[in-house]
Amino acid sequence: MADTTPITAPSPAPPSRLRRAWESDLAWSFRHAPVAMASFFVVTLLILGAVLAPLIAPHDPFDPATLNLMNGFTPPGQANAFTGELFLLGTDDQGRDVFSTILYGMRISLFVGFSAVLLAMVLGVTLGLLAGYVGGWTETIIMRIADVQLTFPAILVAMLIFGIAKGITPPEYRNEMAIWVLILAIGLSDWVQFARVVRGATLVEKNKEYIQAARLIGRTPFSIMLRHILPNVLNPVLVIATISLALAIIAEATLSFLGVGAPPTKPSLGTLIRIGQEFMFSGEWWILLFPAATLLALALSINLLGDWLRDALNPRLR
Amino acid sequence: MLAYIIRRVFQSALVLLVVGLVAFSMFSFVGDPVDNMLGQERTQADIERLRETLGLDQPFVVQYWRFLEQAAQGNFGLSYRQGRPVAEILVERLPATLELAFVSGLMALFGGIALGIFTAIRRRGVSANIIMTASLIGVSLPTFLIGILLIYLFSVELGWLPSFGRGEVTRIGNWTTGFLTTSGLKALILPAITLGLYQMTLIMRLVRTEMLEVLRMDYIRFARARGIREKSVNFRHALKNTLVPVITITGLQLGSIIAFAIITETVFQWPGVGLLFINAIQFVDIPVMAAYLMMISVMFVGINLIVDMLYFAIDPRLRADRTAGGH
Repeated sequence: MADTTPITAPSPAPPSRLRRAWESDLAWSFRHAPVAMASFFVVTLLILGAVLAPLIAPHDPFDPATLNLMNGFTPPGQANAFTGELFLLGTDDQGRDVFSTILYGMRISLFVGFSAVLLAMVLGVTLGLLAGYVGGWTETIIMRIADVQLTFPAILVAMLIFGIAKGITPPEYRNEMAIWVLILAIGLSDWVQFARVVRGATLVEKNKEYIQAARLIGRTPFSIMLRHILPNVLNPVLVIATISLALAIIAEATLSFLGVGAPPTKPSLGTLIRIGQEFMFSGEWWILLFPAATLLALALSINLLGDWLRDALNPRLR
Repeated sequence: MLAYIIRRVFQSALVLLVVGLVAFSMFSFVGDPVDNMLGQERTQADIERLRETLGLDQPFVVQYWRFLEQAAQGNFGLSYRQGRPVAEILVERLPATLELAFVSGLMALFGGIALGIFTAIRRRGVSANIIMTASLIGVSLPTFLIGILLIYLFSVELGWLPSFGRGEVTRIGNWTTGFLTTSGLKALILPAITLGLYQMTLIMRLVRTEMLEVLRMDYIRFARARGIREKSVNFRHALKNTLVPVITITGLQLGSIIAFAIITETVFQWPGVGLLFINAIQFVDIPVMAAYLMMISVMFVGINLIVDMLYFAIDPRLRADRTAGGH
C-alpha cells in the first residue's frame, strides 16, 4: 500500500501527478477488473450522450416547430411512409424521434440523480459528523430522526415529500418545479445512509491521537471536523454515493413512471417509459423498449461500478 | 427482557406520534382543501359550511388533538377527491393489497429459501451460477420494469394472463377475495411475481450467504464425520441455524412489500390502497395521504416490534446480551 513506485529503472524526475494516479492502488485494481472497466465505459458513454445531447440529437424533441405529426409511429430504422424520413430508433405518437427523447430524457434523469445524491451526501455527512463529534443531545436527536425515517422505505418517503411539496407549490408552477421537488424528495429520502456511516466512522476517528493533538493546539471543532475527520471518513461515503446514484436514478424513474415525477413536457427516462407503456398493447414496442433498455444499462453499470469500488476501497479484502 | 420490551413499545409509540405530527401538519400547511372540493360556482356560504364540516375553522392545537383522537378511532374525515369517508375507502381497498402482499410474501419466502439452499449446496454447479447471475440483474431491474416486461410477455405476446385489474372477486362480508374464482387467481399471478421477485432475490442471497457460513462450521463437519446423511446435515443441522437472520429480514421486508405494492398496483391497475395513495398524491388528496401514512406506519412499527420479539424468542444467545447492554 505504502510504496507504489515501480522498482525497475529508477526515474530521475519525480513521477507526474497523472502517472502517480495511474499507478495508484485504485487504478491498479481498476485495470484488473474487466467488469468495472466495461461498466465505466458504458456509464461514460451514456453521460457523454446526455451532456452532448444538443449536439448529437438529430431532433430537438422540446421544439414543437420541428415536429411533424405525419412522422408519428415510424418504426425504427425504416423510412416513414408519408414523409420518407428515417429515424434510428423510430418515433413516438407525436412524431418525436425516440433517440433524441432518450438523450434529452437521460439529461433529466442524470441531473436529478446527481443533484439528489449531492443533497443527500452534504446533508448526511454534515449531520453524521455533528452527531459523531458533538454527541449528547445533538446526536440523540439526529439519530432518532434517522431511525424513524429508516423505518420507512426510501421510495415511500420520497413519494410523501413529493406529495407535500406538490401541495405547497401553486398549481401554475407545478410543472416547472417538478424537477426541483424530485431532487428534494429523493435527496431527503436518502441522507440517512450517509449520516449513519459517517457517524460511525467519526466515533472511531475522534478518539485517535491526531485528533487529540489537533484539539490540544487549539483548533476549533469546526476545523477539526472539516479538515481532519472528514478526509478520513470519505472512502465509505464515496462507495455509498455511487450506489445511491443508481438508486436515485431508479427512484426518479419510478416516481416519474407513477406520474408523480417529471412532467410529460420535460420527460425523464421514467416519463418516457410511462408514455411508451401505453403503446405496448398496440404493437409500437420501440417507444417503450429503448428508454427502458437505456435506464437498465445506466442503473446496472453504475451498480456494478459501485460494487467494484466497495471491494477495491475495502482494505480487508485486499 | 421485560425492560427491553417496554422500551421497544415506548419507542414505537414515539415513532407513531412523530408520524402523526407529520400527517397532521400536511393538513395545516398544504393547500386549501375547500378550493379543491368545491367547483367553480360556489358561494361564500358554501365555503363557510364546508370549512365547518371539515373542522378547518378551529385553532391548530385543537385541530391536532382532534386529529389524534379521530385517527386513533380510524377516522380521517372525508376524501377531498371522492367526498366519501376515507376509512370507508381504505377498508374497501385493503383486501386487494393484503391478498397481493400475502401471496407475493409467501412466494418470496419459500422461493427464496429454496433457491438459497440450492445455490449454497451446489455452489459450483452451472445452474446455481446462472441463478446467481440472474439475481444480480433482478436486483438492478426496477420493479415497474419487471411488471411491464411480464405484461409484455404474458399478456401482449402470449395472451395467457390478464394485464390489469383483479378479475372476478367474491364478497364475504366486508372482505372481497380473488382467491375463489379462476379469473381472480389468474389476475393475481403477474402482480404477485412482480412484487415478490425483488424480495425473493434478497432472501435467496441472504440464505445462501448464511448457509455457506454455517456449512463451514465444525459441527457440520462433525455431523458428516458421524456418517449422517447429506440431506439430514443440510436441512436439519445447517438450515436451522440460518433461519434467525432470515426471519428478521423477511419481517422487515414485509413492510417494504406493502410499500412497493404502490408501484406494482399502479402498473397492473390493481385496485388496492397503493393505487389509492398514488392517485391521492396526484390530486393532492391530503386526508387519503395522511390516512395511508398512518395506516402503513402502524403496520411497519407493529411488524418491527413483532420481529424484534421473535428474534429474542428464537435465539437464546441474544437474551443475556440484549437485556444487559441495550442499544
